[in-house]
Amino acid sequence: MTKSTMTLRRWFILGVVAVTAPLGDTLLSFGMEEVGPVSIHHLATLFYAFRVPEVLIGIALLIAFFGSYLASLSWADLTFVLPATSIGNVIVAFLARFWKHEHISPMRWVGIVLITAAVGFIARGPSYTEMPKPHESVEAQAQ
Amino acid sequence: MMVHYPHDAGAEAAMIAAIVVSATAGDVLIASAMRTIGDLDHIRAERGLGGAILAVLTNLRFLFGVVFLTVSFFSLLYALSRANLSLIAPASASLTFVTNAVAAKFFLHENVDRRRWIAAALVCAGVALMTA
Repeated sequence: MTKSTMTLRRWFILGVVAVTAPLGDTLLSFGMEEVGPVSIHHLATLFYAFRVPEVLIGIALLIAFFGSYLASLSWADLTFVLPATSIGNVIVAFLARFWKHEHISPMRWVGIVLITAAVGFIARGPSYTEMPKPHESVEAQAQ
Repeated sequence: MMVHYPHDAGAEAAMIAAIVVSATAGDVLIASAMRTIGDLDHIRAERGLGGAILAVLTNLRFLFGVVFLTVSFFSLLYALSRANLSLIAPASASLTFVTNAVAAKFFLHENVDRRRWIAAALVCAGVALMTA
């Protein structure tokens, strides 16, 4: 059985999940450009990335993302949280286009619109699947 | 400065697959752990922030989930050093959503109803268009 557990505060936390993940990814991308291509034979080079400020700020944002993500998973389904926060993909696309000046093809924009539609669709449904508690399952079996 | 990476569809697909598989395993383990632990808002109200953090950090399933997410994170770092952000980030995030929907139904026993499957289909189509 599913039910809605969402409040304004919880939607705000989902907003933090949606915003901090793409911002963190974008800063990591900037930072990794400074590090340069990493050879698969020299993976230890990845640790030098921790000296780059953009990587550190990106990691801080991803820690904020992780904290709010954990909180949201304690009161909402994984299959609700992920699509509801996938609006972050649109933010990444805007950042990539206007900040990093990457080319986004019209087809890719259509894809972004479909993902956004999925977010709107899922956000209107229930957010949490109630599971029987262990003692309730035992009682049900006894009956 | 705009950076152009040489296009190698096979390598890009392999990098995205590595991120998606490890992220899905991590997400499912952590979601399962959080369901076991219970509502963090209630735990924080009863035991404070320290009690809530302790409840999470002492859960073995959570720790295994973090290991998988760490693998996913380093796969992402590696991929971002070799391919465009506008491909790697949305493709890996969206595909992870689809694999998570399947994994959540079978491993977490979530009620993935028609609404959620349609959302998954929309995201699949979106990803196909974004990576075309």
